[in-house]
Formats: sequence, C-alpha cells, structure tokens
Amino acid sequence: MSGREAILGKLRNAVGGASDPARQEAVEKRLARPARGLIPARGQLEGEARVALFCQMAEAVTATVARVGKATDVPGAVTHYLRSRNLAPRVRMGADRRLKGMDWASQKSLEVTHGPATPQDEVGVSHAFAGVAETGTVALVSGKDNPTTVNFVPENHIIIVDAKDIAGDLESVISRLRRKYGRGEMPRVLNLVTGPSRSGDIEQTMLLGAHGPRALHLIVVDG
Amino acid sequence: MKEDTRKTPRVGLFVTCLVDLFRPTVGFAAVKLMEEAGCTVEVPMAQTCCGQPAYNSGDREDAAAIARQTIEAFEGFDYVVAPSGSCAGMLKKHYPTLLKGTAWESRADAFSGRVHELVSFLVDVLGVTAVPAAHRGSVTYHDSCSGLRELNVQKQPRKLLATVEGLDLKEMANPDVCCGFGGTFCVKYPDISNKIVEEKTASIAAAGAETLLAGDLGCLMNMAGKLHRQGSRIKVRHVAEVLAGMDDTPAIGGGGR
Amino acid sequence: MEVTSPQFKQKSRKALADEQLQRAMGKAKSGFIGKRKKAVEALPEFEALRSSARAIKDHTLAHLDLYLEAYERQVVASGGRVHWAETAEDARRAVLDICRSVGARTVTKGKSMITEEIALNDFLEKEGVRPVETDLGEYIIQLRGEHPSHIIGPALHLNKEQVEEDFRRVHTELPQARDLSQPESLLGEARQILRPQYFQADVGITGANFLIAETGTSIIVTNEGNGDLTQTLPRVHVVVASIEKVVPTLEDASQILRVLARSATGQDMSVYTTFSTGPRRPGDPDGPEEYHVVLLDNGRSSMLGTEFHEMLRCIRCGACMNHCPVYHAVGGHAYGWVYPGPMGAVLTPSLVGVERSGHLPNASTFCGRCESVCPMQIPLPRMMRHWREREFERGLNPATQRFGLGLWAFFARRPKLYRLATSLTIPALSGLGGRRGWFRSLPLAGGWTRHRDLPAPEARTFMQQWRDRDTRKQDGGAA
Repeated sequence: MSGREAILGKLRNAVGGASDPARQEAVEKRLARPARGLIPARGQLEGEARVALFCQMAEAVTATVARVGKATDVPGAVTHYLRSRNLAPRVRMGADRRLKGMDWASQKSLEVTHGPATPQDEVGVSHAFAGVAETGTVALVSGKDNPTTVNFVPENHIIIVDAKDIAGDLESVISRLRRKYGRGEMPRVLNLVTGPSRSGDIEQTMLLGAHGPRALHLIVVDG
Repeated sequence: MKEDTRKTPRVGLFVTCLVDLFRPTVGFAAVKLMEEAGCTVEVPMAQTCCGQPAYNSGDREDAAAIARQTIEAFEGFDYVVAPSGSCAGMLKKHYPTLLKGTAWESRADAFSGRVHELVSFLVDVLGVTAVPAAHRGSVTYHDSCSGLRELNVQKQPRKLLATVEGLDLKEMANPDVCCGFGGTFCVKYPDISNKIVEEKTASIAAAGAETLLAGDLGCLMNMAGKLHRQGSRIKVRHVAEVLAGMDDTPAIGGGGR
Repeated sequence: MEVTSPQFKQKSRKALADEQLQRAMGKAKSGFIGKRKKAVEALPEFEALRSSARAIKDHTLAHLDLYLEAYERQVVASGGRVHWAETAEDARRAVLDICRSVGARTVTKGKSMITEEIALNDFLEKEGVRPVETDLGEYIIQLRGEHPSHIIGPALHLNKEQVEEDFRRVHTELPQARDLSQPESLLGEARQILRPQYFQADVGITGANFLIAETGTSIIVTNEGNGDLTQTLPRVHVVVASIEKVVPTLEDASQILRVLARSATGQDMSVYTTFSTGPRRPGDPDGPEEYHVVLLDNGRSSMLGTEFHEMLRCIRCGACMNHCPVYHAVGGHAYGWVYPGPMGAVLTPSLVGVERSGHLPNASTFCGRCESVCPMQIPLPRMMRHWREREFERGLNPATQRFGLGLWAFFARRPKLYRLATSLTIPALSGLGGRRGWFRSLPLAGGWTRHRDLPAPEARTFMQQWRDRDTRKQDGGAA
C-alpha cells in the first residue's frame, strides 16, 4: 500500500490538497450525474432514417448488412449468408434467449452448437445489445448466455441487431446500459464492434482479418 | 469607422533583422504597399530583432529585454506591421506570454493588439482588395508556418496575388508543410533541415512555376539557398515585392547592385 | 529500455542515409495525413469535440487523486485488484508476482506503450516467463529485437520485404517455398502462428486507453482483435496503465473516443472498443478468472501542476508524429527512447530527465503542425520551448552555442551599437558576395552552407537606406 499512498500524496500536493470539500463535491457530483458532452448531429435521426444510416455506416467499414422483417426470418438469413460465402453449415452461439427463441430446426442442414467458441468454429452468431447509427457500431455485452469468445475466435461473425435497439449515438446506449445494470455497474465485457478485424501494420496496407473475424455480417431485424 | 478612414493610420514598420541585413527591397516594398493604401509609415531606429533566437533557445531574460525594447520603440503607433509571419507572431503572440506577470504585462497586451503581419494587415485591416501591380509569369506560394498557424495568413496573399495582372499562381503540393528552416534549427540540425527542404524544393519544382513566393525571409533564404545549390533556375522573392510591383530588382541571391 | 537520445544526431544521420527507412517513411506520411483529414472534414463538430475532450481531461487532472480513488473502489467492487506502482521497477515486480502466483510460463500481450516504457518484455524473459506480442506490428518487431518506431504503428519503419525475411528466418516449421510476397500472406501467416498462443498463454497483458472512475472499467481500442483474444482466453488478465488514463464517466470516454480514432488512423471508430470490468462472473462461460490493474506513476505525478501539466492530456493517438516534418525525416528510432515525435520530445525529458534527452525538444522547427492536429489541444511547441528554458537555466547547452547567443544578444539589446556593427559588416559581406550573389561556404556559417548556398546581402542595410530616404525627403522639403 505504500506505493498507493506515495502516489496519491504527490498528486494531492500538486493539485492542492485532498481536504478541500469543494473538490470532493465536484467529483461526487460528476460521478453521480454523468453528463453527456457534445453529440454530433449525424446520428440524430428517427425511425427508418436512423436504421438506414446505421446500415450505411456499417457497410462503409466493410461489414455486410442484410435486413429481415421479423425474428423468425433470421435462421433462413443465416443459412443464406453461409451458402453465399461457401461456408460449412455450422455455427457457434451462446444461449442468448433471443437467439434460442428462433426456429433453427427449420434449417435442415444447419448445425448449431452452444457455448464458448473453440478454434474449430468457423462462424459465430451473436445477438447485439444495441447498434449505434452514428458510426455503424454494434454493442455486445457478455453474460452467462453470451460468451465473448464467439465474437473473436471464429473467422466469420454474424450479429443479429434489432432495429428498435439501434440508437443514434453511443451515449444513448450507455444510458440503456445504466438502466439495465444499475448505476456504476457494467457487464463484465462490453464490446463495441465497428466492422471486421483489420490491420494496417504492414506498409499501411489495410487488410481484413488480422486476429478477429475476417468477415462481419449484420442481420437487422425490422419488426 | 468613417472618422477612422479620414484619419491617416500611422504605422510603425518592424523591418525584421533579416530584411534589414539581407534584403532591404522587402522593407521598401512593404512601405510602398502601406503608403499606397493610405498609411503613414515610419521606421523606429531603436529596433533590432524580434528576439526569437533567444526565446527559442530558452534564454528568456534576453528575449524579455528585447521585447521591452521593441514595445518601447513602437509606442504611439496605431499599428505595428512586420513583413514576416514569424516575427509578427513573436511580437503578437509571444511577447504577452514572455512579459506575463511583470510590470510590462498590460503594455505587452496593448502592443499585441496593434501588431499585424503585412499582407493580412493590408487585406483584413485596411480592406485592400486589389493591387495595381503586374507580373508576367507563373508563381507558386509557400505558406510559412508561423504566419499560417499563429496568425491565419493563408487566403490573404492568394487573394491579392489573384489581382496581379499577368500573374499565374500554380499551387505546389502541400504548401503548408514546413520548409525546414526553423530559425537556429537549420544550423543546429543541418542534416534533418536539409531533408525537409529537399522535400520542399521537390514540391516547388513539381509545381512548374518560374518564381517561388512566401511571406517570410528566413524560409525564403532557406529554400532559395537549396534551390541554388541544386542548380535550379527558379527565382525566389518575398510576396510583398511582387504585390508592390518591385519585381524589376534581382531576385534573392541575384547579385549585389 | 536504454535511453539513447544523447546520440540523436548520429542516429538521425544514419536514418537519413537508410534507404529502406526513407521508403517506409514516405508511405507512412501520406497515408496517415490524408486519412485523418478526410475523417475530420466529415465531422463538422470535430473542432468543438476537441475542446470538449480537452475540458474533460483538464477537469480530471485537477481531481486526479480523487478519481483514482473512486476508480480503485469500483475495480475492487467488481472483483478486480489494483496494484499501485510508483516506478517502472515496482510495475515490473507487480506483473511478475501475478505471473508467479499462477505459475505462468507464457504471457500473451496486446499492444501497450506502457509495457514498453517499463521494459516489461526483457524483464519477464529474464525471469523465465515468455512474453508473446500479438499485435501484428509488435509481433514483427519482437522477432527483430527492435522497439516500436511509432506509438500506434510499431513497425512503420519497415517494408514488406523485411517482414518476409524475418518470417522466413523464424517460422522455419513452414514450407520454404511458400509465397510471402504480399502483405495478405504475411498477415495470414502471423494469424496462423499466433492463434494457438492465445489458447496456451496463462496470463494476458494489455494496456488501456481509458480507465473509468464511475465503473472501474478499463477500455482498450484496437483494430486487430488481438487485444480481445489476449484478455479473454488466458486465466488471468493484467491491465498495465498509467495514472493519467482515468476519466470520470462512460460519457466522458465516449466523447474522447470521437476524436481518438479520427486523429490516429482516420477511422470514425476503431474496430474494437472493449470495456472490461472485473473478472469472470458466476455463470460466465468464458473470460479471465482474475483481473488485475497495475497503475503506473513513473514520474507523471511530478508533471502535474508544472508547465508540463498539459502533456498529461495526451491520449497517444500519434497525430503529432504523423504530421511532424522531423519525425518524417528520421523516423521514430532516432529519438532514442519509447516515445518519438513531438509528444516524445516533451514527455521523454519529463520521464527520463532533460540532461539525457536534450536533443529532443531542440530538434523541432516549431512549425506548429503537431499542436494544430492534436485532438487534446496540447501546446507541444510551447512545452518544447519550456524544456529549452530548463536546459538554458542549467547551462546544459553547448558552450559555443551559448557564446554565440550571448554575443548576438549583446548587440540585439543595444540598437545603436547594433546599427553601427551591421552598417559596417553588411556592405562588406555584400561586396564579398559580389556579382554572383551567393556564398557556397563562409566562416562560421558551416551549418547553413553544408547543404545550401547563402544569398549575399543585397547592399547596404535597410536602415542605412531608410536614413538616406529620410534625409532626401527633408532636403527636398527644405529646398
């Protein structure tokens, strides 16, 4: 603990003492009532325009996007995607309630496995907590039904996003998180994913599929 | 505003040490431009240098002494104008910092408010929209760093150059990238400075203009010196010379008279 | 890491003569600048966001002690542990102790400049723990035994042919005849080689772009996904972060994220922005069982409240070096320590002492481009000048330089004497220049004439000629 006291002591000396109640109050206030900063106008759209911007921004970062009418259309859309990419009909997913509620048995050849991803998994399927129209970003939260490995280990990642969960900006997603998990609480992991994995480390050539998924496919569920 | 236009603005010219010593033509061009725009121009003899060599070498004491001396020399003028973004930036932006917390603080602030770089003074303060000069041939314009980033000098010279009869402005790639001069930097780190100016002269050459213009003599001497060493035939001048129609004199390094 | 900044001049000369390096730097320069410009122009609020981001950090720094305490409380509440490290040595020890406690033999690492700063890899290796860098650029330079030459593009100084050579040298288990001529194949090979490492490692070490006081969360921002694999698969996740990374709330982080990636790579958002809060929770199917944060000071607390205070706003985007003509000319290694470019020229003297890094704040033209692109509006040139002042006060500049400056100042402070001296020397110099008008060399001007010619003065000084004009005017007036 001596390192702790030494560091904090130096900081207090430099910024003018810890016993100042005004400083204490300023910090408590800021933490108790987190204020939104400046929100760019770009994402501040409603309804279809917002969803359209989300899709446009996601495609701009080389994600692919499909839109379906309702949740029951998702298994078919997944099969369709796998075929179009020449991928084996096998997917890994968590036990997310929303995913489980879909009729995967309707896809005869499709094999669905549950639980954390292994190196053998080629395709992972996740359900998003939210989308962010401003940047085409998808927010995923970990939990007992949502393994984080599904988001990173397989080479292909399919994320289901409900159109109603697409927010204009990240701040709105943060507010939703706070409502769901409680003030000061967070899921163990919140992944904001904006396009497929990439690297520009060799001669600044942007290449997809560095360590995470090479391909990111979003299925937006409108209804 | 009307009263002001009737009154003749009294301008103190801060010549800058390089113009004083190496290229007086720039000083006379500045005087001509401002007199034609209706100013009375005077040159206080008690000026030397803006103090940047000391200031940028960490010698605050000498820099502050020179700042006080300059402020004193220019007391009473409506405006203080320098044909250099770098020196004007020093007078306007750095003197107040340098003298903050001393008895000279308020004088430095008041002084700062009166300081301008030449071309932006003509355009932004005097409202000059055109010059009666002519220049046959093509030019390219380099944005010197301090003028550009400390004083926002970018559009003004281009605006006036566009009114020079016969002049063809051919922009170089990245005109806003440093030429590698950097005051004492170019002699303290000559090899790095050389690499930077080589990139600059390559841009200049690629622009295909006959003459290179800029608003700072330090940068101009650096670029001219490199162009000459490379055997280039591109002529180099301060932008004020062309704007004042004084391009009949030899270009920089064009030989003594 | 050894500080080689005193050899800046020699190293920069070598860099200037290094054709491979110059080729790589040429590519890097145009890439970063163009991408940033495009991203910034596409967001009308960018300038306002810079001010907003700056205000957040200014507020945080003024209350840094309190926010760190709040952050620690939340880390502990979420089941994590905080290790306070005053020095690099303390931080290395803390990491090693954690590794030892789980009997770790291999650790994977996400990209982290702080672990470069504390020279963690060498230390772990000596202590029998094998560190594996997983960021592609970091992996490449680890194979070469080099250090990053750029804070977000560690292998920026290399060309693909050099990477191919290294991969062939090290990955001897792969067929010799394989085609590695394209960046794609190099990336594929690195992915293939590193994949099993993530699963074998006992400990995963990452840095942090932000620490959130409100929730005890650490955030990493990456494009490759290696950081996520590094922190998800091993049993233990260790975050090594410096104290100024803390911000108050999630909203504050969101605000700064809007300027971070745009300034760094010209992306609106990096691909993966990952918020981690504590270890695996009951019922979680994956994630680390232990979550540790090593909080490093290493001299930063001594910058607080000084003229270098504002440097603590830095978010390590690299925009300053991407726009620096000196960095472009010599690359990152010439700077001789962990942090290159303008931010390094300010930070290095603060962390290792100006007597060992005096060249860095001097090797700048003060062109100001770094400050103009800095998302946190850090006045980098001003702080480099402050370092020059400290050097001058302590008499650290070379004697010849001080003598020259002193002589010049003597005259510059005496206008009459200055007039007299210049009115004698300038016409003489002009005469020497003669009709050619140029000097190829001149005593005392070797620094100038080594690479360029010096134009001779036109004739007499402006002041001499101006006096004549005044006299003529007065004569004319009298006549």
